[in-house]
Amino acid sequence: MNSIILNAATRLLVALLLLFSVFMLLRGHNLPGGGFIGGLIGATGFVLHAIAMGAQATRDTLRHEPQDIAMIGLGIALASGVFAVFFGEAFFTGQWWFAGADPSDPDDKGLPISSVLFFDIGVYLVVFGSILTLVLALEEEV
Amino acid sequence: MAKSDAVVPRVYGGPAGWISVAIPAGIFAYLLQFLAPVAAGTPVTLGFDWVGSLDVRLSVLIDGLSLTFALLISGIGTLVTLYSTKYLGNHPEYPRFVLFLMLFMIGMLGLVLADNLIALFVFWEITTISSYLLIGFSSDEAKSRRSALQALLVTGTGGLAFLAGVILLGTAAGSFELSVILTQGDAIRAHPHYVPIVILFLAGAFTKSAQFPFHFWLPNAMAAPTPVSAYLHSATMVKGGVYLMARMNPALGSTDLWFWTLVIAGGFTTVFASLLAIRQTDIKQVLAYTTLMALGALTMFIGAGTPAAITGMMTFLVVHSLYKAALFLMIGIVDHETGTREVDQLRGLGRKMPLTFLGGAIAGLSMAGIPPLVGFIGKEFLYKAGLDLDRGMIWVTGTIFAASVLMFVAAGISVLRPFTGKLSNTPQAPHEGPWAMWIGPLILGCLSLGFGLFPDTIEAWLVAPGTWAVYGDYSYAVDLYLFREVNAAFVLSLVTFATGALLYAVHRPLRDRLGRIIEANPVKFDAGWDRTLDGLKALAAWQTNILQSGVLQRYIFTVFATLAVGVGATIWLKDALDFTVDWNDALAGLQFKHWAVVLFVTAGAVLTAITSSRMTAIVALGVVGIGVALIFIIFSAPDVAITQLLVEVLVVVLVAIAMLKLPLLGLARDRKRRPVHAALAVTIGAMVTMVMVGVLQGELDRRLTDFFETASWTEAYGRNIVNVILVDFRAIDTFGEIGVVVIAALSAYALLRGTRYERPESKLEDRAQ
Amino acid sequence: MEILIAIMVGVLVAASVYLMLARSVLRFLFGLILISNAANLVIFVSGRLTPEAPPLIVEGADAPLAEVANALPQALVLTAIVIGFGLFAFALTLVYRTYQNLGTLNSDEMRLAEPIDVKAEPTK
Repeated sequence: MNSIILNAATRLLVALLLLFSVFMLLRGHNLPGGGFIGGLIGATGFVLHAIAMGAQATRDTLRHEPQDIAMIGLGIALASGVFAVFFGEAFFTGQWWFAGADPSDPDDKGLPISSVLFFDIGVYLVVFGSILTLVLALEEEV
Repeated sequence: MAKSDAVVPRVYGGPAGWISVAIPAGIFAYLLQFLAPVAAGTPVTLGFDWVGSLDVRLSVLIDGLSLTFALLISGIGTLVTLYSTKYLGNHPEYPRFVLFLMLFMIGMLGLVLADNLIALFVFWEITTISSYLLIGFSSDEAKSRRSALQALLVTGTGGLAFLAGVILLGTAAGSFELSVILTQGDAIRAHPHYVPIVILFLAGAFTKSAQFPFHFWLPNAMAAPTPVSAYLHSATMVKGGVYLMARMNPALGSTDLWFWTLVIAGGFTTVFASLLAIRQTDIKQVLAYTTLMALGALTMFIGAGTPAAITGMMTFLVVHSLYKAALFLMIGIVDHETGTREVDQLRGLGRKMPLTFLGGAIAGLSMAGIPPLVGFIGKEFLYKAGLDLDRGMIWVTGTIFAASVLMFVAAGISVLRPFTGKLSNTPQAPHEGPWAMWIGPLILGCLSLGFGLFPDTIEAWLVAPGTWAVYGDYSYAVDLYLFREVNAAFVLSLVTFATGALLYAVHRPLRDRLGRIIEANPVKFDAGWDRTLDGLKALAAWQTNILQSGVLQRYIFTVFATLAVGVGATIWLKDALDFTVDWNDALAGLQFKHWAVVLFVTAGAVLTAITSSRMTAIVALGVVGIGVALIFIIFSAPDVAITQLLVEVLVVVLVAIAMLKLPLLGLARDRKRRPVHAALAVTIGAMVTMVMVGVLQGELDRRLTDFFETASWTEAYGRNIVNVILVDFRAIDTFGEIGVVVIAALSAYALLRGTRYERPESKLEDRAQ
Repeated sequence: MEILIAIMVGVLVAASVYLMLARSVLRFLFGLILISNAANLVIFVSGRLTPEAPPLIVEGADAPLAEVANALPQALVLTAIVIGFGLFAFALTLVYRTYQNLGTLNSDEMRLAEPIDVKAEPTK
């Protein structure tokens, strides 16, 4: 599609949507959001990009094949699940590390970093990668 | 698949070969430690829970019966795998063979050691499947494939019956643990399901152990490589059915049904098979039919059920495994080194293959039942048990006499003739095989001799504990001996030798006459099998023509109509929707936005269904999607609503892209079909509504929800309960689901990027011709 | 409201069955979208409807203070939506490819696997 307005707006929108998608991903554990929603938002941004500038341009911008991104996401999700086994717990048991938390205050969780977060990141990448795999391939085909 | 001689032989033997020998040898050595406690009369049980909620345990029961079998399986397994390193070591598919053989061995060991009937069944099926793979090992030969399929179908069908029996027995006895079931014989025999249980178990055992009328698959199974025949189809797998009958004897035995079924079927198989054995010219087939005969005899004596009969059965079981495996291995060497197994082409090999001859000769003497070999003891105790029976004495003794005579002849045919006399011309110049091959028959032969000379060893370690386990009484004193006095059994033995020698002298004309008689018999099981399969295929083709019209609309109609009838009938029969809806209550508190959303979605759905314009349909679908998202928003599901909206956008994008290249919708259906389709659609819709209303009338089970609400923050440190469920509590589910998403995407990608096909017109014509 | 939605789901299902019975596989696809939506709603409504109380735990509390919406069906529906999308996308590409190869979207004319005038293979 050759529309200057769409082209110009797309650059801005993709960046904003991507930023917003990461925001939704990270806040997902406590507020509406999460990997599924984040991945969908991120993918929507690039779908817009593909419509405005063509699938090839999107592929160049992504730099990695979307199906690779999806597979890496699946790998991260699996790894974060297997991670618990090293601590003698069942698969997919969440492992937590409260960075900088005050141990005397039960409500101070510091900056929580967890295998669950990595799992959600995996979900994000899978959804993001899978949708772009589909849309880009279909767009190139038509 | 390439045949071994069609390619440059690569030597694979190395690691696969030695590992395959080491495994059974190690198991054999490990099992030896149980000999002492079992001989002392204390069965060993080990185990851990597998599927606890279903009472499925992976438990092991080591008593006299299972230990005897396990030792035979691992011991003969060691010799057979060693033998195979030379017999098949150069075969390009050798590693595959080893894999199947190991799989089979694990299945067989599990089958005899399992203390849980469900586990036993699983292992039973493993032996069926691995046997299928091994019989069909030469998968480039149609004969192999047919035999493999036949064995699979016959034993597999029996296996299904067996499974049904297992479940019935498990419910009747209240447990699937054998150690429990075996103590409840009286309760089981009095149970109303006793007769079906016996029939189903025997269906499994008879097919597995090739009892008449399911015998025909076993001789065909000799299409397998000889080590497989020696291992599966003489020493182990076919004895699986015998094991099952012996195992269940304390629980199911000592009724008239059990007695007469086993005695008659076993006896008939015995005589029938020994006659067929004599008429064969392929020595491997002779051995195959004598195996059938032995299985029949074992079955018959389990059925006879007296302590003496069980003792005879256990003795003969060990005896037979020793000599029959040795003879199969022997004929394998002969085949390998001379290129033929035809009895008329083989003479005078003894001088060229002395060690093979030695091993084979001892085994053959044991098979003929000549003292001081253990075969003599086996036969003597069968005679003694037969003569002591209260009922069926004539039938059992007569059967076993006829079988022993014919076995004597068969031993002559398969050992005496090929190895003695003047050397004949064979396809390959005969010479001795490698040590790994002749060591097996030799060791087995030595055991036959050793156990014959020292019957106390086999009695104390194997036969007595086995008898106790099968008879279910640990006080019975077993006493094996080579010779003690001249009694009826001994006289019968002498008569056996005399008759056998006489028949051997005339066995060639006898063979031809027997052949003519059997040819004249109109009932042919093998051919009947083919006809049955053909009939089945014809039936399948006939019903396929009726059911598979190839018209998608008709399929979908059938599916939905079945759904409507099934659910409708259930609702009607069960009065499942016997309630009243309080409309005032249901409609109370509804606001404008609720009505609006519902009307929007309903209108969108109806419009999608009836429009013939693509654009209208897409817009109407969008309305439905947005409306559903609004419902999620109104009723407090922000995560779901966001997801729904985003997906809705992507659906529209995808459809819009695809529409660029897709045609218009066209006519939906023939005008005259419209009312029928509409009626079905409305029926299904109404039914869904009714079921939903019914569900909503019921009480909501909030236990899981309550757990998630309380544990979400305290255990999983998340305040968004939905997200915590997704990524923490039910993370394995979610992982599976994102896996599905990836697969869907990759499949679609492959579909779009895959090979391009030629244009359809030409292709359709090609296919139609 | 639950009853109302139950009736609405009935209409959705009826519309989708009617669409699936059509000759054009594109209509079948539309039916697929509708029935996915209907199925999601069934699950959602079975957990009962709670207005204006999303299943979130407020800062400082260990559990929801007042009654909140049932989180379990929401979690199930959320993944179902994404998977439904995956299914739809795959079906769409399948339809697209089929049209390219066969030149038709009419299911009656798609007879590659089950040709009209060919009898089932005779037994040997």
